[in-house]
Amino acid sequence: MDKPNLNLKKRRVISDKVFKIGATIAGTYVLVIVVLIAFQLISESYPIWEKEGLSFITKTDWNAVEDRESCGALHYIMGTLTTSAIAMMIGVPLSIGIAMFISDAPPKIGAPLGFLVELLAAVPSIIYGLWGLFVFRIYFRDWIETPLHNTFGENVWLFSGNPYGLDILTASIILAIMIIPTVSAVSREIMKAVPQQQKEAAYMLGATKWEMFKLAIFPYSKTGLIGASILGLGRAVGETMAVTMLIGNATSIGAIPKSLFGPSQTMSSIIANEFVESSPASIHTPALIGVGLILLLIDIVINVVAHLLVTRMLKIKEGAINN
Amino acid sequence: MNSIQDRRQEYRSLFKQNVEKRLLVDKAVRIIVFSCVVIAIIPLGSILVEVFKNGLTAISIEFLTETPGSAGSGEGGIGPAIQGTLIIIGLSSLIGVPIGVMSGIFLSEYGDNSLARSVRFFNDVFMEFPSVILGIFAFLMIVLVIGHFSVWAGAFALSLIMFPIVARTTEESLKMIPMTYREAGTALGLKKWIITFRIIISAAKSGMVTGILLSVSRIGGETAPLIMTILGSSQFFSSMDTPMDALPLRIWRLSLLPYDSAQLQGWGAALVLIMIILGINLGIKYYFMNKKNGFFGQLIKQRRNTAK
Repeated sequence: MDKPNLNLKKRRVISDKVFKIGATIAGTYVLVIVVLIAFQLISESYPIWEKEGLSFITKTDWNAVEDRESCGALHYIMGTLTTSAIAMMIGVPLSIGIAMFISDAPPKIGAPLGFLVELLAAVPSIIYGLWGLFVFRIYFRDWIETPLHNTFGENVWLFSGNPYGLDILTASIILAIMIIPTVSAVSREIMKAVPQQQKEAAYMLGATKWEMFKLAIFPYSKTGLIGASILGLGRAVGETMAVTMLIGNATSIGAIPKSLFGPSQTMSSIIANEFVESSPASIHTPALIGVGLILLLIDIVINVVAHLLVTRMLKIKEGAINN
Repeated sequence: MNSIQDRRQEYRSLFKQNVEKRLLVDKAVRIIVFSCVVIAIIPLGSILVEVFKNGLTAISIEFLTETPGSAGSGEGGIGPAIQGTLIIIGLSSLIGVPIGVMSGIFLSEYGDNSLARSVRFFNDVFMEFPSVILGIFAFLMIVLVIGHFSVWAGAFALSLIMFPIVARTTEESLKMIPMTYREAGTALGLKKWIITFRIIISAAKSGMVTGILLSVSRIGGETAPLIMTILGSSQFFSSMDTPMDALPLRIWRLSLLPYDSAQLQGWGAALVLIMIILGINLGIKYYFMNKKNGFFGQLIKQRRNTAK
């Protein structure tokens, strides 16, 4: 009689162990990369922190000429924050409107419209830039910026400055279009996560559709909607190419926006514009990497907050359905 | 008697006023909300119309195969850019897909501990990292170390964008497979890795392919990380250690030139790029996602009907 092969169990354990270790290594790859990125950015931008210290984020000079080197990133930080803020002001209400329409429309209308809006996310950033540069900018300058400037230019500082099309407002509107798919898709999911009973209760009280949204959906999904908007903010802050092509690429003191129609520069666009031309031996490259480090920190904070808000909302949903 | 009638009348008119006002507000909100959708779709329509209108006039066989001519001459084409985009997509998939798939397997099959939870969290955060930062990272890790621009650096940067997306979609689609499949495999005495690769993955294939294609369409249009890794060139690919061209880079360079002919070539390159990317997206939508009415769904239905 044959003995049962006792080795079988052991072999199985070994190959499974290898498999498990392989999978774990692949899983921890992302942690390694995040740590490496942080380490590399900090160590490579060290010269600029050593030279400028904290004044790097409060100064507005940008001079890479030898012996007169002086670098400050305040104007780029301001450029990023201004464009992102304007993009949020335009993009978030639109996205929430879209999410309201699609979450409430019958699937036959809602699904294709939702797909079309999400297709906006598939269009590459560079094509937004090209379209913004050659098409949108022209119409926007002639039909909106020039009339605004002519009417309000002398009294309201926001509209002073000769509109040329390559300015903060144009870049912000392109950014707003680019964050719409993200914000609207997440807010839609969050609105769908509101328990059906809440909506029915509102309807039962005789609410119209808008009142139902006001009574049942908005109070319930407030946190999640804020999270979705912050997620959009993260997108807007990190966006590079389209902004680079439309912001007007002013450097140094000129990058501080004087009006909505003035050129500026964001953190990502200064990196895209100057990184290749900078020489790693001078202070220029460390300065750009330092700008990248600040950008990364802002982006990480925004995204961590957004994820905590959104996942908390979706967790509540699961609990609510179980009850 | 009369006063009650009067009061009734009054209440009725008040009620009517109230309802009318609320219905009016409701209607206004409906219109606003619908116009939001229209406002969002206008740019998409305009982009597609402009790219196709301008791009089609630029495209010819020579344009698709030749190297770029001198600036502003309007001659030459985007051959190296198309070749470069295909090479860089292939190479970064070669790096990114295996890591992404294995990481997705880790999250779904061994994903019940604190390590996996933190991996999941960092994966989500990493997915939103600005791509220009990943370009700097690849530059510091590879270009600066070996001393020249390299195709590998570009592929590495793009694989960093790719693998979190693949990991996420792999995890989602593996989790959709019922536990009973795994139990059936275990009952047959199969090893865990065989269960995973032969049973679970073959059942979850379509979801994973969708994720991989989505990530390909995402990296196909990335520009910022390529600027500092493969730089761009006007020659066909010659070796891994020289600069290479790619469609987004070519569009960027063309858009910076002040000539009408360069602008037209930019539109042509944009048309090629958008065809690749929208092709992948629409393909996913109609061939994989839509099982009931999509292409494959119809095929399966037909086969079932003939079998009957």
